[in-house]
Amino acid sequence: MSVSPEQVRHIAKLARIAMSDAELERLVPELNAIIGWVEQLAEVNTDGVEPLTAVIEQKLRLRDDQVTDGNIRDDVLANAPEAQHGFFAVPKVIE
Amino acid sequence: MSELTSKTIAELRDGFRGGEFSAREIAEAYNAAVAAAKLLNAYTVETPDEALAAADIADQARLAGNPLSLSGIPLGIKDLFATIGVDTTAGSHILQGFKPTYESTVTTNLRKAGAGMLGKLNMDEFAMGSSNETSTYGPVISPWRRQGSNVGLTPGGSSGGSAAAVSALIAPGATGTDTGGSIRQPAAFAGICGIKPTYGRCSRWGIVSFASSLDQAGPMARTVRDCAILLEAMAGFDAKDSTSLDLPVPRWEANLSSDLKGKCVGIPREYRIDSVPAEINALWDQGIEWLKDAGATPVEISLPHTKYALPTYYIIAPAEASSNLARYDGVRYGLREDGVKTLDDMYAATRAAGFGAEVKRRIMIGTYVLSAGFYDAYFTKAQRVRALIKQDFAKAFEACDVILTPTAPSAAFGIGETTDPLAMYLNDVFAVPASLAGLPAMSVPGGLDGQGLPLGLHLIGNEFDEQIVLNAGLAIEERAGFTVRPEKWW
Repeated sequence: MSVSPEQVRHIAKLARIAMSDAELERLVPELNAIIGWVEQLAEVNTDGVEPLTAVIEQKLRLRDDQVTDGNIRDDVLANAPEAQHGFFAVPKVIE
Repeated sequence: MSELTSKTIAELRDGFRGGEFSAREIAEAYNAAVAAAKLLNAYTVETPDEALAAADIADQARLAGNPLSLSGIPLGIKDLFATIGVDTTAGSHILQGFKPTYESTVTTNLRKAGAGMLGKLNMDEFAMGSSNETSTYGPVISPWRRQGSNVGLTPGGSSGGSAAAVSALIAPGATGTDTGGSIRQPAAFAGICGIKPTYGRCSRWGIVSFASSLDQAGPMARTVRDCAILLEAMAGFDAKDSTSLDLPVPRWEANLSSDLKGKCVGIPREYRIDSVPAEINALWDQGIEWLKDAGATPVEISLPHTKYALPTYYIIAPAEASSNLARYDGVRYGLREDGVKTLDDMYAATRAAGFGAEVKRRIMIGTYVLSAGFYDAYFTKAQRVRALIKQDFAKAFEACDVILTPTAPSAAFGIGETTDPLAMYLNDVFAVPASLAGLPAMSVPGGLDGQGLPLGLHLIGNEFDEQIVLNAGLAIEERAGFTVRPEKWW
């Protein structure tokens, strides 16, 4: 399988990365080289092999249902490019 | 006090406790060495005051008779670890100016053990790279040079700043992280030791995420013993990381022993690759002889899916990265590109301006392999092959206790010499399989190549068995007698 310039444009949109036509053009052969290379996995017989889900087997732990890190609003907002009235501020979404 | 910077962590610790020198003298010697080594571009932020503050506490603790395990030891911290109030950018423009309001668990553990911080260390952007060239701060220059040449070499990556700093004596030890070789390959390139423990030994909490099922922190230092000392302080259960191992931290340093009698060393035949320079295969053979001399018995083993490890990694790691890096949206922290109309455009413009070329490439690959219609063919397939790779190791460890291979398929290369992404990925051909299987693995210097550059030997242990990795590493270290340091040109 190889990706077309249109597909690359679509992937960039899904990934929310703005790209110029020149950038897209440069990426098409790069991505195709990488995708063509990883496709060698198709030759491995994986019939009946469960996909790995945990690299080291362990039980998922449960903790007590308690608030342990609340009341840190100012810490959470400290690095925001724009914060107003105790909220993250973003460009207007609704006209 | 330049002789202080040539001491190992164990020597500094013991000398400090014995009153030969103070923690402040150690910190001052290192602060001066760091300030005088800017040409290496190893540090992104220098924090001499933090080093001195920790040193003063250490000196008081010693006078009071209760020094901690790392009292008096200043360390370099890879820029991937969140450090409270100190820039933490993962080598990326998108995190420029980010000052965490919290501290990573690993660095918290190190501070609690008494260690100080010399500064933050340069790295490939989001740990994606094998040469440190993808950093927004520019590449780290290795202190090593080829004989008779002044061409700038890479220290490897992604923990290249850590490797260069330890090797150039501007940190006695450093933290690194390893997703697919990012501790071990730079350790090999820089002629130092580095260990990636079993997945889950070190908490990932507060470490900027790249590929969460692979990311693991570990120490980089000049000796095997120093790695054991640092790893003991870094590791430990942490309820804040759901994959953290709920196991006691072994006493790796106290149990160090280079006596390998009764141990079997696996030599995987699939790692014998023709395109690898003869010098590297010759060093591998020498390594086998050294381990035999230490009492171990070599056995040939097979890891049949080895050739599929890199392509498996280059599906899984970008897939996880594309999810993890979705958080850089220009809203919560880091860069925001203004001057666009809509929220959607702001996301896209911010990410376009904030991420470098390699990070974008991997996000694109990851987004593609996870997208509708391709998920099973790529991602699920890769997770099945990953299960087979893990089974390969499980079977191998029925016949041996530790596996010996070369660390990397070449010595350090020149900055700008490797421009093809696929060729760059091949650097981790020997390192990636152990990452996919979550196993502890270490690089130890073995010798120099014909051009005078360090080469590393790589040890892989079974799950939870860092001790055999360290012990076999110690056996090699004792026999290799690798003491050469790069000649100072910076």
